[in-house]
Amino acid sequence: MGGTPIIRFEQVSKRYPGGHEALSGLSFSIGRGEMVFLTGHSGAGKSTLLKLIPLLERPSSGQVLVAGVDLAHLGARRIPYLRRRIGMIFQDHRLLMDRTVFDNVALPLVIVGLSHREVGRRVRAALDKVGLLGKERVYPVMLSGGEQQRVGIARAVVTRPPILLADEPTGNLDPALSEEIMRLFEQFNRVGMTTVIATHDLALIERMRQRNLVLRDGRLVEDRVAGVAA
Amino acid sequence: MNRLRAWAADHVRAGLGALGRLSRTRLASGMTAAVLGIALALPTVFMLLLQNIENAAGDWDRGTRISLFLGVGLDEPAYRAMADELAGHARIRHTRVITPEEALEEFRTLGRMEATLELLDDNPLPPLIVVTPQAELPAADLEHLLDELRGYEGVEQARLDLEWVQRLQAIMELVRRGIWLVAVLLALTVVLVVGNTTRLAIENRREEIVIAKLIGATNAFIRRPFLYEGIWYGLGGGVLAVVLVEAGRAALVGPARELSRLYDAGPLLQGLGAGGIGWVLLCGMLLGLLGSWLAVGRHLSAVEPR
Repeated sequence: MGGTPIIRFEQVSKRYPGGHEALSGLSFSIGRGEMVFLTGHSGAGKSTLLKLIPLLERPSSGQVLVAGVDLAHLGARRIPYLRRRIGMIFQDHRLLMDRTVFDNVALPLVIVGLSHREVGRRVRAALDKVGLLGKERVYPVMLSGGEQQRVGIARAVVTRPPILLADEPTGNLDPALSEEIMRLFEQFNRVGMTTVIATHDLALIERMRQRNLVLRDGRLVEDRVAGVAA
Repeated sequence: MNRLRAWAADHVRAGLGALGRLSRTRLASGMTAAVLGIALALPTVFMLLLQNIENAAGDWDRGTRISLFLGVGLDEPAYRAMADELAGHARIRHTRVITPEEALEEFRTLGRMEATLELLDDNPLPPLIVVTPQAELPAADLEHLLDELRGYEGVEQARLDLEWVQRLQAIMELVRRGIWLVAVLLALTVVLVVGNTTRLAIENRREEIVIAKLIGATNAFIRRPFLYEGIWYGLGGGVLAVVLVEAGRAALVGPARELSRLYDAGPLLQGLGAGGIGWVLLCGMLLGLLGSWLAVGRHLSAVEPR
């Protein structure tokens, strides 16, 4: 890996108002271009961990560094620029249901302020990669769950961010579709995107043979390469 | 240069996008614009009326005269010299002499007095100097001038119909204040209506705002369409207000012209004119912008992705 890690957690704890401690004393680093699976029971803290990286939440204590920048020193005005460098994929897709597939995928580019022609070109390229090129004018409700998830992925990668985060991206999909989605992530990882995927689909990650961080009750209990006998 | 172009393109997109959204909910946005139109039309009508009254009253003001009745014994060269001297006074615009003969002639032409006048051997009328003060002289200065003129040798009586000028000015001041008060209240109405409409728009598009923030939209980017909606509402209200005011004027202009002819006055009920229309539209847009800006500032920060 070498160089500064792109994501680094140092003794990170997150306590929610009300006293529930979602993460405690978490330390690890993820190198540039790595693909990492985050596993653990539901409630183990996977989602909370992912939310700390684009500053959807701030840690109660400890440091989170992204590309060497301590996020504690990142002011509210600069958060949008951090998020532009992070593609996010959600279990519930979070698509705009009243917009076409094209408009959904184009949104990050419009936010960045790209020209109309450039937006069209890049949206089509992203839709091509996820295999939805023919569905530009379709509304998300007319798509299957797997297709909606692929729209979400196209939206996350259309700006070619250095970091890709996915929170249970295959949660509602059957095994064949799940594998298809995971292979898609593998492709993006191969072109250099650091990819972090939270999932509970252990059988699938055994086959993927990638690094696996295991959380239990907010603590990191294992850091191993899945599918390789210890 | 490129960034400037991107920024301008963003604004065009936000502006047109807002217009598109409003036109998709034509009935609701139309009703909001109608409320704003009425709220803007009322103060506009009042101000226009005030302006028209002031125009007309300005003519009456210029009509202020001081009549100096001179002693009957004064001969013509003496009072003509006096009139010339007064004409040079700083507060006096010009003077006019009415000789007793002219005055008598005037009485004759009025008719009915003929018989009475026949009974008189002599002309009982005094010579008269009609003094026209400088235009727009404040009432206090007029009074001052009157006192001064009373002191002149040969002046028996000086008469100024001042009270009605003072009363008129006081009434106008009262009306002006009242209109401003109404205008401020109605401007506040516009701000509140647009503010509330913007608040509802933010509520309706909550999910979209959350997603845009997740993807890295700046606050300015998210704010912009709402601000443009406010501006469009204000502009729509302004256009409607202009239409209402001018339509109302068109309905009244016939009788007003007749009245103006009867009184031999200048044109009554002048319209807004290009400048006035510009002001109404500008005020509408600024108030709309203010309303949406206040709402956006208050409600947008509450929408954060989790």
